Amino acid sequence: MQDFEYVAPTTLAEAIRLMNGNGLRTKALAGGTDVLVQMRGRRFAIDRLVDVKNIPELNELSCTESDGLTVGAAVPCCNIYEDVIIQRLYPGLVDAASLIGGIQIQSRATIGGNLCNSAPSGDTIPALMVQDATCEIAGPNGRRTVPVVLFCTGPGQNVLQRGEILVALRLAAPKANYGSHFLRFIPRNEMDIAVVNVGASVLLDHAKRRIVSAKIALGSVAPTPVLARKAMDFLAGKEATEATIEEAAEAAKSAARPIDDMRGTIKHRVHLVGVLTKRALQGAILRARGEE
Amino acid sequence: MTITGERGVGASRSYKVVGTSPIRHDGVDKVTGRARYGADINMAGLLHGKILRSPHAHARIRSIDTSKAEALPGVRAVATAKDFPIVQMQELDFGGAQRNSRMMADNDLAYRKVLYQGHAVAAVAATSPHIAEEALELIKVDYEILPTVLTWKDAMKENAPLLHESLTKRFTMDRSSQGKDTGVRSNVASQIQFKLGDIEQGFREADVTVEREFTTQTVHQGYIEPFACTASWGPDGRVTIWTSTQGIFGIRETVAGIMDIAESAVKVVPMEVGGAFGGKGIGYMEPVAAVLSKKSGHPVKMVMSRKEVFLGTGPTSAAFMRCKIGADKSGKITAAKLHLVYEAGAYPGSPVGGGASTGLSAYKIDNVLIDGYDVVCNKQKTQAYRAPGHPQAAFAVEQVLDELAEKLGMDPMDLRLKNVARQGDRAPTGVPHARVGFKEVMEAMKAHPHYSAPLEGINRGRGIAVGYRLNGGGSGSSATINVNADGTVNVITGSMDLSGTRVSIAMQVAEVLGIAAEDVLPQVVDTDSVGWTGGSGGSRITFDTGRAAISGAEDVLRKMAQRAALLWDVQAEDVQFKDGVFFCAKNPKDKLSFKELAGKLMATGGPVTCSAMDKQGGVGAQLAGNIVDVKVDPETGKVDILRYTAFLDVGKAVHPAYVEGQIQGGTLQGIGWALNEEYFFTPAGAMANSSFLDYRMPTTLDLPMIEAVIIEVANPRHPFGVRGVGEGPIVPPLAAVANAVYRATGARMYGLPMSPGAILEAVEEQQPKKR
Amino acid sequence: MGERVHVRTNINGDAADFLCEPRQSLLEALRDILGLTGTKEGCNDGNCGACTVIMDGRILDSCCVLAVEAEGKTITTIEGIAPLDGLHPIQQAFLEEAALQCGICTPGFIVAAKALLDREPDADEARIRHWLAGNLCRCTGYDKIVRAVLKAGEMMKQGPAIGQRAGVLGGKAGGTEAGKSVEDVYMA
Repeated sequence: MQDFEYVAPTTLAEAIRLMNGNGLRTKALAGGTDVLVQMRGRRFAIDRLVDVKNIPELNELSCTESDGLTVGAAVPCCNIYEDVIIQRLYPGLVDAASLIGGIQIQSRATIGGNLCNSAPSGDTIPALMVQDATCEIAGPNGRRTVPVVLFCTGPGQNVLQRGEILVALRLAAPKANYGSHFLRFIPRNEMDIAVVNVGASVLLDHAKRRIVSAKIALGSVAPTPVLARKAMDFLAGKEATEATIEEAAEAAKSAARPIDDMRGTIKHRVHLVGVLTKRALQGAILRARGEE
Repeated sequence: MTITGERGVGASRSYKVVGTSPIRHDGVDKVTGRARYGADINMAGLLHGKILRSPHAHARIRSIDTSKAEALPGVRAVATAKDFPIVQMQELDFGGAQRNSRMMADNDLAYRKVLYQGHAVAAVAATSPHIAEEALELIKVDYEILPTVLTWKDAMKENAPLLHESLTKRFTMDRSSQGKDTGVRSNVASQIQFKLGDIEQGFREADVTVEREFTTQTVHQGYIEPFACTASWGPDGRVTIWTSTQGIFGIRETVAGIMDIAESAVKVVPMEVGGAFGGKGIGYMEPVAAVLSKKSGHPVKMVMSRKEVFLGTGPTSAAFMRCKIGADKSGKITAAKLHLVYEAGAYPGSPVGGGASTGLSAYKIDNVLIDGYDVVCNKQKTQAYRAPGHPQAAFAVEQVLDELAEKLGMDPMDLRLKNVARQGDRAPTGVPHARVGFKEVMEAMKAHPHYSAPLEGINRGRGIAVGYRLNGGGSGSSATINVNADGTVNVITGSMDLSGTRVSIAMQVAEVLGIAAEDVLPQVVDTDSVGWTGGSGGSRITFDTGRAAISGAEDVLRKMAQRAALLWDVQAEDVQFKDGVFFCAKNPKDKLSFKELAGKLMATGGPVTCSAMDKQGGVGAQLAGNIVDVKVDPETGKVDILRYTAFLDVGKAVHPAYVEGQIQGGTLQGIGWALNEEYFFTPAGAMANSSFLDYRMPTTLDLPMIEAVIIEVANPRHPFGVRGVGEGPIVPPLAAVANAVYRATGARMYGLPMSPGAILEAVEEQQPKKR
Repeated sequence: MGERVHVRTNINGDAADFLCEPRQSLLEALRDILGLTGTKEGCNDGNCGACTVIMDGRILDSCCVLAVEAEGKTITTIEGIAPLDGLHPIQQAFLEEAALQCGICTPGFIVAAKALLDREPDADEARIRHWLAGNLCRCTGYDKIVRAVLKAGEMMKQGPAIGQRAGVLGGKAGGTEAGKSVEDVYMA
């Protein structure tokens, strides 16, 4: 690993100043489980590493039925999935947070870091996308809010500008008859990068039979995680039947533009989009109905 | 004196220590973090070495400019192949297969050509590993890129580019001989052939014949400890090397050969070995560290990264197998043909001989033709991996037998039992089997509750397979036993303990001496401190080194009997020893326990110390067998292992708990090989998945408990009947899992790995209308 | 940039200060600076668990943490697991159940298992397998490791008396003399 300067600011303003840093190559450090491995693998070189774990705003974790969820960008996955209120209100996010790496990784890895790493396979990103999560970003020009859906712009690339820091993710309070689910397919049972991952959420009508609206996000099948808009549009207003779900799963495949690589072939990935979309929708519907 | 108790064999023989499971002597150090492995070394003035590796799979080295690296502050030495005296002295040749120092030098630091991505080209020693890494980026290598010959198929094409201009094909009919040089320049380094009977006539007699082709990919041993060593070159021209290896004397020989110094000028100190499985049978960095230490005047430590372990060490061969077996209506096999092509990687020496000499050996077949080809290509030079070459051949044979049984309408176990080889039957190598337990293993499998348990639920299947293993041994082992005044003994060996052989050797000594295993203190020492001992491989240590230690212990008893005779004023012949007690035949009141007599040695002539050597060789053959239940997700193609029972004829289990562990561990590696593990190469020959993230070894969640069934058909060549246990367990799983997947899906898996995508493809091919 | 940093931590119950470069990982600091070589490097990218330590109550891969991030933290390594007068029940169970072969992954498994059993002494097989999925072992097939952790859970419930059974080999352990015979080696 090349040498660099390490700083650990305690205020957001200081962090932004250090990140902006006079032409230095800077990088934010949260859990470090991606950044350190990438630096060791010489994927990029930096002059200054800004540890954001000592900034109060980035450590906020609050969840209430009325205000929804705020997850500071430096909050590790384990704090999220161990929170009983989050478990109840955002099970789709808990699905994703609890399957990143093993327990050791989950002690460090953060949802904010997973998003900023902007890998096509990032496991929490589809889960956030289908729950309309937004990013709170602070930078030299003040604060702004960006939907997670628009955050990633390419493999390893995102909307963050020089000096900007992801502060927190916000998820609105879940409505009644709403359910979310997240699934990942890997060849082993743990520790792998997703061959395909799928997040799904549904809002059902009062009778819990008709789908008012649905969201489906796919990972590892395009340069960024993507929404399966055709399938989402198809589902709106439909009865939540097996046939409907099957048809939506088929429609979701059209959003997939995967590559062939060591983790899977194009053919297998497109096929898995159908399988996982079906299963994630089934899971989300069960949760919306309070049956799981 | 006479030693009461049968020094021969027999399952009926009762033992006091052998067959129990005491706590291993090195256990406390290993559960507390005190045990020192290859990288756990630090000393004054220590430098850190790092290796520059080729980004190309095949290229000529035009020049290497190290001047900028040498100028970087903190850098103390830079090395290239030119620093190896052997490279200056002789041209690359391909004789002597495994222990050819010139060839190893070329693999340790490439001289004229790089032959695979990751081939070492230069090395740096610096005051920190980070500085050494930075210096690597300052070394300029001018490469002339050559066409990549990535696979055996590419290598065997007509007009394929030759990896080595001077390599000519050899032909042999004996696994232990290099055979005759055909003079034909080729990427095919050698052909091995075994023949029995009349193959054409045999197939004419068959009522049913199955012929299939199979492929397996390059896989790695996957030991968790990366290669690590430290070298310190003294001003007297002597070099000390601390390393994690399977064989300290092999490292000594290689370093001496490459550095052109006397073997006695090299002292190799063994560190604990964090997994090896054949992969650490040779070293890669010791000569490099020696050069860097010599040039810098400092000790130099070198530790590979995980990526370097994948790129720069020897995995095992990718292989192609064509297998044809015919049987008559009764199920008797009339003929079998096995065609094997194994990739050797960059230099000759794949384990194709291991596959050819074992694939059909569990069965009595009168008409056999086996051909094996050793083919070089632009991949890592392969190295032994647990039963080298056996699993690939078994993957083919045991699947063809499964199909044959189905066609014959026979139970797959009955087909195997009908053709099982017994003592005296000739193996395809022409060698008659000694007392073997093949039939006993097969009968135990058939009688096991798992075999007949109902398998309920959809998408499930049960597969079986057996695997013949020919254990090695005979390279030679030394052992010294010193008796302490407190009644304990030290057992000193040069056998690296890869997984519990300290305790298995100590137990054999304890059995002979009639003392507790805890009172035998096993020591593994350096090359200056023990007689020459071959490496820990071939499942030979409990057998070979055990036999040397037994012989030394018997010598101890004879010497102690003389002391007792002195004390009792009788002839040594009048002293008898039984159950740990020396007594006088003439006067039964005269008796001394081993411990009591040990306390009187200084007063009766001084210490008792005995050294022994064993080099009789040939542990012998054994059979392993598996029954496995799987569940296959028909939508994703993912396989879950539901239940696994693994059988092994171990001869005699000295320490049953660790024998079970060997069976369970070999099974894990076989399952990984079967389902997910492979080197994934880009077309240019770069390994795309050189991390534990993407080289998917089984985790705790990928396996159920593995029931290990120990079968004991005593080996007549060992006093307690030991057969060796390390390697056999990895032979059957590839085929057993494939047979189970077939039962679950209806699709035959002719290639490995059986990844989810591959299974779905095979299912689709099998049943095009269903999906 | 890149100046060495003074880091103050508590390791295995003792205050431990060290100077490190920012680019050095916690694993490097433990092994190369502090001489605590019981924590092993298997992959250096968070995929094998051989370098598992407990930091402020959580297990993590020390290769994926910078040494400078350990400022003010409380860390337990394999060297800090055993009580003064014997072995921890998990260590004892690993020995009794033959749950180690080559032993290189053993420290990581024991540290991870301790963190689990301290939280959930009743952890069942499924929970143990889930918790330990980030620790790779290539020798054992995991069978005996899982059994050892189950057994340790039972032992811990029976109280410290069992945990402090000293002298598993009557004080005569043969030990890993190979390492001990190394001249000029700094001891941890």
